[in-house]
Amino acid sequence: MSLLDVRDLHVRLGARPVLRGISLNVDAGEFVGLIGPNGAGKTTLMRATLGLVPSRGIVALAGNTGLSARERAKVVAYVPQAREVNWPLTVERVVSLGRMPHLPAFSSPGAQDRDAVARAMRRMGVAAFAGRAVTELSGGEQARVLIARALAQDAPLLLADEPTAGLDPEHQITLMRTFAGIAREGGSVVACLHDLGLAASWCTRLVLMEAGAVVADGPPRDVLTLDRLRSVYHVEAYVREHDHGLVVQPLDLIAPRQ
Amino acid sequence: MSEIARYRLVLATLGFAVAALFVLSLTVGPAAIGFAEGLHALFSGKAAEMTVIMREIRLPRAILGLMIGATLGLSGAVLQGYLRNPLAEPGLLGISASASLGAVVALYSGLSLAFPLALPLSALAGAALAVIVVRAMAGSSGSTLTVILAGVAVSAFSAAMASLALNLSPNPFAALEIVFWMMGSLADRSMQDVALAAPFMLAGWAMLALTGRALDVLTLGDHAAASLGIDLHRTQFLAIAGTAASVGAATAVAGAIGFIGLVVPHLLRPLVGSVPSRLLPASALGGAAILLLADISVRLIAPERDLKLGVLTALVGAPFFLWLVWRARRMAA
Repeated sequence: MSLLDVRDLHVRLGARPVLRGISLNVDAGEFVGLIGPNGAGKTTLMRATLGLVPSRGIVALAGNTGLSARERAKVVAYVPQAREVNWPLTVERVVSLGRMPHLPAFSSPGAQDRDAVARAMRRMGVAAFAGRAVTELSGGEQARVLIARALAQDAPLLLADEPTAGLDPEHQITLMRTFAGIAREGGSVVACLHDLGLAASWCTRLVLMEAGAVVADGPPRDVLTLDRLRSVYHVEAYVREHDHGLVVQPLDLIAPRQ
Repeated sequence: MSEIARYRLVLATLGFAVAALFVLSLTVGPAAIGFAEGLHALFSGKAAEMTVIMREIRLPRAILGLMIGATLGLSGAVLQGYLRNPLAEPGLLGISASASLGAVVALYSGLSLAFPLALPLSALAGAALAVIVVRAMAGSSGSTLTVILAGVAVSAFSAAMASLALNLSPNPFAALEIVFWMMGSLADRSMQDVALAAPFMLAGWAMLALTGRALDVLTLGDHAAASLGIDLHRTQFLAIAGTAASVGAATAVAGAIGFIGLVVPHLLRPLVGSVPSRLLPASALGGAAILLLADISVRLIAPERDLKLGVLTALVGAPFFLWLVWRARRMAA
């Protein structure tokens, strides 16, 4: 089943075209890595998908177009790049904000909501400090709390903008495993990633963007070729098959053309 | 104690304080009326002179103290939550300043002498004008920064126009009247003032109360809140229009009373676990308690000198706020 179907999506910010006719279809069970250099339009694609920026084109979420903001929040959860928590709320309360789309007006969270919150906290390994103020945590811990908040939303599709930034290797891999697990359970995850090594070894599919367009889309080994890494990222890289999957390590800038 | 039990205890304590201060406010004044006699006169209506004092002078003063305090506390809590800025207060949107300007225009032009309701009505018109300008400037983007900047500009312009009125005032008595009015006071307000201001304050409270859940989610920032199904435009409208209606009406009958909207949410935030929606009722009760207390104090400290309420709240509020800043700095270090 298609969870996200984007067709010919255009976005302009001011006079500048940021997305030029993007088409992308994500099925249930996929863990898609959205990659590309800075300014390629990855974040804008996520925002346009959520209706946070005005766009032209078609965005269907789980087969529906024109969902209300609240209905949309039940289908897709979003972890923005900026990790913002303004008040010293407890970790548990921040995670439970993810239940907001499921709560009817003037009601308080029920057993099902508390279950979802507890599950999300366990999954991201933040249950141990459920009662602490989120502003006292380290950057990496805050990042995990905010991802737990999105998991508590129980939406089949998860969009995460640079979720691994600021995490240590253990938690980067834990997060990749969690996302892969969500895909196996029949959900899907679209994550903006700058770490090509993580993207190559964990994603089921990579979508490479450059200058507001998709330039490659497919399994990691088809997308991350030496030629593409040179033409899109302007880097030389080490790319090898390994027992654990594809290994990609950027090494140096390509030599300037003579 | 569980989190919810603690929150209920905070609300119950504040509610009790408001009730006690309201009764106390009814029993303090220049006319020597005993506690029991006064309350008896208020309800029975038998002791003619005493009943008039209680019903026409003290009751409106106490009601306005309670409602205006609640307005300032509630709108301060909503604005700090909406703008995610601990320095936000009702004055920041330019609503207090423009309502004051409306009142100054009524005093300066002599309209307020022609009929008594001219002053509050003109102040309300000033508040409405401010909200239209701020909303228009903020535009469809709904950015909180533009709201703050537009509010600062409206405040500065209104203050300049009020100064101009003072500057050009033809007679010193009008100037003095304007200056005294701008200091803020609850003295000699009537039931007519209550009847004028109460509907606007109640409507404003209703709008502000509806922002609670959105404010919780806005803790995570605009984009995350929008992705969770929060309508940012509706929230902005409710926060600004609710503040304009309630604070505009409060300023219209009592003048500008500063610092309560800024300090009360700060003071109570740690007691409600910093949850923005829980801060709303707590801050409304806290504001009512503090304003009633301040209004009782001005009557006790200098009964003969008519000490202005706005002077006292700033006099106590500003050093208190400095202390809060100092404490926050020490905790951050």
